[in-house]
Amino acid sequence: MSSPTSTPGRKRGRDGNPATPSSEGPTSPPSQRRRGQDSSNGDLMPMPTSPATDMLSPAAPQDTSLFSSPRPHPLSPLMYGTPSSRVEGTPRSSVRGTPARQRPDLGSVRKAPQVDLHSDADGAVASEPNAGQRLVIWGTDVNVGTCKEKFQRFLQRFIDPTATEDENAGLDLNEPLYMQKLEEISVVGDPVLNVNCLQVQSFDAELYRQLICYPQEVIPTFDMAVNELFFERFPDSILEYQIQVRPYNALKTRNMRSLNPEDIDQLITISGMVIRTSQLIPEMQEAFFQCQVCAYSTRVEVDRGRIAEPAVCRHCNNTHSLALVHNRSAFSDKQMIKIQESPEDMPAGQTPHTTIVYAHNDLVDKVQPGDRINITELLLISPRLHFTVQHPNSLSHVPAGIYRAVPMRVSPIQSNVKSVYKTHIDAIHFRKTDEKRLHGLDEDAEQKLFTEDRVQTLKELAAKPDVYERLSSALAPSIYEHEDIKKGILLQLFGGTRKDFSQTGRGNFRAEVNILLCGDPGTSKSQLLQYVFNLVPRGQYTSGKGSSAVGLTAYVMKDPETRQLVLQTGALVLSDNGICCIDEFDKMSDSTRSVLHEVMEQQTLSIAKAGIICQLNARTAVLAAANPVESQWNPKKTTIENIQLPHTLLSRFDLIFLMLDPQDEAYDRRLAHHLVSLYYQSEEQIEEEFLDMAVLRDYIAYARTYINPRLSEEASQALIEAYVDMRKIGSGRGMVSAYPRQLESLIRLAEAHAKVRFSEKVETIDVEEAKRLHREALKQSATDPRTGFVDISILTTGMSATARKRKEEVAQALKKLIQAKGKTPAMKYQQLLDDLRGQSETAITKELFDEALRSLADEDYLTVTGKTVRLLA
Amino acid sequence: MPSTHDWINNPLDVVEGMFAASQSNPKSGWEAKVVEFFKDRLKEKDAHTWVPSLNDVPLHYLKPNSLVKFRCLIQDMFDPEFFMGAYETVDPSTNAKVLRCGRYKDVTECGVDFNSRNTVTAERQTFYCVPIPGENPWFSLILSHSYACSSQARVVPSTSYAPTRQKRTEDGQMCASQGHTEQHGNGDCKRQETEAPSSQTASASHLDLNFPLPGEKGPSCLVKVYEDWDSFKLNDTLEVFGILSVSPALSALADEKDASSSILDPTESMETAEEQRVHSPPASLVPRLHMLYARPLPHNNPLLPSATLEDNSAFLSSTLSEMASVRAELLTYLTHVLLGDALAAEYLILHLISNVYARRDVLPLGKFAMNLSGCPAAALYTQRFYQIIQQLVPSSFYLGMSLQNMNQMRLVPKKDYVANRLVSGALQLARNTFLFLDETHLEQGQLDTTGVRNVTALGNLISWQKVDYDFNYHQMEFPCNINVLIASEGRSLLPSDCQIHLQSQVSPPNMEEYLSNIQLHPQTSSQLNKFRIYLSVARQLDYSISDEMTKSVEDDFVDMRKDDPQSVSAEDLHRMLVVARLLSLSLGQTSLTRDSWLRAKHIDMLRRSRMEQHQCVNGNEP
Repeated sequence: MSSPTSTPGRKRGRDGNPATPSSEGPTSPPSQRRRGQDSSNGDLMPMPTSPATDMLSPAAPQDTSLFSSPRPHPLSPLMYGTPSSRVEGTPRSSVRGTPARQRPDLGSVRKAPQVDLHSDADGAVASEPNAGQRLVIWGTDVNVGTCKEKFQRFLQRFIDPTATEDENAGLDLNEPLYMQKLEEISVVGDPVLNVNCLQVQSFDAELYRQLICYPQEVIPTFDMAVNELFFERFPDSILEYQIQVRPYNALKTRNMRSLNPEDIDQLITISGMVIRTSQLIPEMQEAFFQCQVCAYSTRVEVDRGRIAEPAVCRHCNNTHSLALVHNRSAFSDKQMIKIQESPEDMPAGQTPHTTIVYAHNDLVDKVQPGDRINITELLLISPRLHFTVQHPNSLSHVPAGIYRAVPMRVSPIQSNVKSVYKTHIDAIHFRKTDEKRLHGLDEDAEQKLFTEDRVQTLKELAAKPDVYERLSSALAPSIYEHEDIKKGILLQLFGGTRKDFSQTGRGNFRAEVNILLCGDPGTSKSQLLQYVFNLVPRGQYTSGKGSSAVGLTAYVMKDPETRQLVLQTGALVLSDNGICCIDEFDKMSDSTRSVLHEVMEQQTLSIAKAGIICQLNARTAVLAAANPVESQWNPKKTTIENIQLPHTLLSRFDLIFLMLDPQDEAYDRRLAHHLVSLYYQSEEQIEEEFLDMAVLRDYIAYARTYINPRLSEEASQALIEAYVDMRKIGSGRGMVSAYPRQLESLIRLAEAHAKVRFSEKVETIDVEEAKRLHREALKQSATDPRTGFVDISILTTGMSATARKRKEEVAQALKKLIQAKGKTPAMKYQQLLDDLRGQSETAITKELFDEALRSLADEDYLTVTGKTVRLLA
Repeated sequence: MPSTHDWINNPLDVVEGMFAASQSNPKSGWEAKVVEFFKDRLKEKDAHTWVPSLNDVPLHYLKPNSLVKFRCLIQDMFDPEFFMGAYETVDPSTNAKVLRCGRYKDVTECGVDFNSRNTVTAERQTFYCVPIPGENPWFSLILSHSYACSSQARVVPSTSYAPTRQKRTEDGQMCASQGHTEQHGNGDCKRQETEAPSSQTASASHLDLNFPLPGEKGPSCLVKVYEDWDSFKLNDTLEVFGILSVSPALSALADEKDASSSILDPTESMETAEEQRVHSPPASLVPRLHMLYARPLPHNNPLLPSATLEDNSAFLSSTLSEMASVRAELLTYLTHVLLGDALAAEYLILHLISNVYARRDVLPLGKFAMNLSGCPAAALYTQRFYQIIQQLVPSSFYLGMSLQNMNQMRLVPKKDYVANRLVSGALQLARNTFLFLDETHLEQGQLDTTGVRNVTALGNLISWQKVDYDFNYHQMEFPCNINVLIASEGRSLLPSDCQIHLQSQVSPPNMEEYLSNIQLHPQTSSQLNKFRIYLSVARQLDYSISDEMTKSVEDDFVDMRKDDPQSVSAEDLHRMLVVARLLSLSLGQTSLTRDSWLRAKHIDMLRRSRMEQHQCVNGNEP
């Protein structure tokens, strides 16, 4: 008999030697177990609901009324003290009232007998034998009793000292956390207890180690412990099935690339992206056989993917009379999921790895392709052999179990095998990393873990007085100068503090800083955008020319497989919490641009199409670059005139910078030096000179997650003053030079600057810098070319105050001219223009004339039809 | 030399021997010793030429489990796999257990004891490798010559092997003649596969071997890497020395799977038939190669010594001394080709030796994409021109930018999740491949979505030297190093680092005749070889700028700006620095001199003045 399922010896594995064969699952090899049990030949015996399974399956006690299987066979010495017998010995009958549910996620083969340390030298482990008998599960150092006690103690006593996250919303932080969760279970009736492994570790490091190393043994023990505890506390509660423990957040978070043979059969947490899910696979857990002669029925549990068909009916002693009855067999759900490394984890220049994950029972259909997830799971190796029920009636649904260490076979006839194992992962817990992005804040903290050292370096860096300058010069070092622009972008990378005013009905306040760069072509705007896009983890880069409104927002499409409508998100939604870089902003079509209005102030995106009406979060900072319409920046025109963007959109940018050629000798020299050195410096020199991109990235990530500065009293005063000052400047000339939007910008910038310093308080220096930067940007973009004054109305209304004044003057002059002409109800357009030109001292352009006509038309004074102008009055 | 043939013909014996010897001492690190052994052997003079090459010898002439080499590009990386590094077998009759080694093998021996405690699981990585895309015909011609010469000296490893050598040289000659007369745009050489049994070719057609360029042929290979796989990157070019495994058992497995498993075992449904086919294709078609040693190919020019230039100072100095004269010859030749335009020829040389030598954050340094505008549309000038370049560079690709091509071709590699592989595209090219974009084929019409994406990809390639591979849910950026030359009539719609308008000095009454004359012009192969060596060497030279030169360049720049700030921008300085660098290198100078800088300035000025003349004419300005 081929019995290739049994695993090779596992002794070495337990000595903590990591290089031991992968095949050594903590599961005891069945063949050896058998050897211990009955020393019969290696044949798989028909096992009527084997007691081993009972003790193994998470909640051992089964309702005998439900399953007509005979009770465990006589207590062998090995059976002594197994979980099942213990539980049975206890008087808590209520536990037994709830059916257990199999945990295929732990592998169906965990028929691990416990071994007496004294009697079995193979089980040699690093625990000193007690005076009495000390039982551990074969091949591990797990003693079921101790383990259970420890876990119960953990449940009863653990109080999370660091609990602040809204994850635990509604729980009393000073009470034992998991007891409250149990209470929740008794109310809600969802029998799943998620256990944070890190909390286990902080509570009992030894227990944690066991959990990581022997999950297949420890988790069922945890299950038992929980159920005992639960039914003791809430004896009356009714659950669908017994509580299952789902550990997550195991410290050994690995990326897929670092998985290796040492991790086999260990509890690991890896993250990745779902790329495919299979259909639901019914997996047989228990086969139902009925004798065709006497109708006696029997059940056979799937044992390592194989069902041993009873050869003889026990009732009538006929041979080969038993037939499989599909309808009465028990199945569990199973799904195959393929995950792929997330792009962030990958080294450059390699392709992502994929791994197969099996999801069982209620984890089935929890994830969809495209989701980013963290999975806590066991890494298992499964064979490629097929075990089939040798029965003529068997249909195509043949149960297949998880087996370890059986290599692929070349063919059933040949006995040489392909020496490759097939690996897969059994999922115990999924955690979608992007789940919360659609509602509320997301915890970047959970994705980005910083080592102590790293935090230390970052804090040291933050303590330096010139950190702001340092960081800004580290930004895109290949781009020369433009210090203020880099500083602006730096502040954009950090962002302001998020405030929630939804209580008062205003919703979220925008915390992101939007920046527009405009200037001559070839002033490395695109390069700057590319750099930012490469720097931030969640950045998107689009070009205005190539993107449509749909590409930016979201579109609905029909999934070809499921025929479901699926919302596909576009660049703006994808860069939620990141930066959306839009190049050639000016080339964007109007309809596309209109989408940005909502995004750039409300930070949401409303969608109503194909029956889907929703509002998506798009808390993205926009970094846009625009070229002037006339290919060269015309200094005689305003920003609006140069780039021809609607002022409604422009006013949503906090900072608008001009990137122009300064044309000054000293600058040229520095620029030349910079460029030349770019071409001959070696990589090392470059490294020395500037901060590493990785450090910068971490610095930003750290600040964004952990630092939430608030305004101090002085800072608020300074802001108020700054705003009042800004208003004053304009009021002298009858212009408005600042709007509340500018004040908000100032606040955001000041907060971002405080973040740069790792300061929890916004102080006056932050406000000073924010003011300076804002002023610089305004000086560049909002200076009225006619007067030389800074005029915010250029950006807010699209026209400088002087220009508006001029327009009115022309309109009045025109009106006078028409009135002077006396009663002529209709005039030639060209004639009128010439007359006005002749009359006026200043040059009157056609546009200006049109404007004047239009404003008069608005007054209902005249109307323009084609080339004639008619008076209305 | 019997020992030689032992390690070439039967490398597994060496491995087994070392494995057996290590058994007494488990910590001996025999794996490293094996690798060391083969490395040492291959270092011996000419040793690597004795190893038969999978590129040149048809698969069916190679002995299974022998040492072979393969010059290839890593096209895709599959998932790592766990295998039995060591296992025990039991003889059913005697019950004797023997420990065996599973490294460098695909299939285990009979009677594996799965319960053995001595089983060691190890990990290895699989790369899907294809021959270097766009290799030019002269390439394999030279290789097979040198190979034929060296192989004459030794005993033929297998009896069935003898006829091949002769055939191969014939084939080589055939290649050469094809190279000259070939009208086909892609100009791919019919490599040795042409003589392979037709059945193989036929079966290859239904199984897509995933070559980046259309019309490519040649063996592809699954290379199993045992150590240090993180050091390899996608699109690396390597010469792999490894043990060939073509066990028919591997194919049997695939067949059996197809037939029964998908129905029998629902859990297998994840691995679609498609995936099966891609990941375990028949070994007769896609052989497995168990890597012992891999050598990165920095230049992929068979004419150059395989060692790096630094190690081979004699070769370097002799080449350097000749460089100026070879350059002059090449310039004359190219001037002739470019209808007597010496300036364009000069720029063409610079373009041919350009190379991305570093990256500063996102900015690739040293790239020099060229737009040759003003190409005569008539008489297939561009194609003739490409065929001439093809004779000079090791690998190249001609992409006719017709509307149909742009709308239909797959330029960007895309991940196919069904088959779980990276479907290649034409832009998955090895470093320093010469990409010729022929825009003269472009006519008016509409680009569809694919077309727009393709044009964007080409634009990205030129400006940032990167290709964003499409992974469906996200894009991944792969840096590349491809020399792009765009031939167009007017200014190209794609960006470029420098545009030069072709000014024909000669106006031959019959273009067709003129061009065919160039082609027939007897460029002796020794001269061509000189050109080829020259281009490859110039590209690899180191380069520096002294402090004084830095100063003087700065002064120059400031002066230029003083006279007319509009005339010179930072962009221009960027370009001039690249031109100066390439100009110095083309003359064999490894540091910038005053003369080269002035010359660079001069030719750039000439080029720009020529462009200004044409600016008003073509009106394709932004």
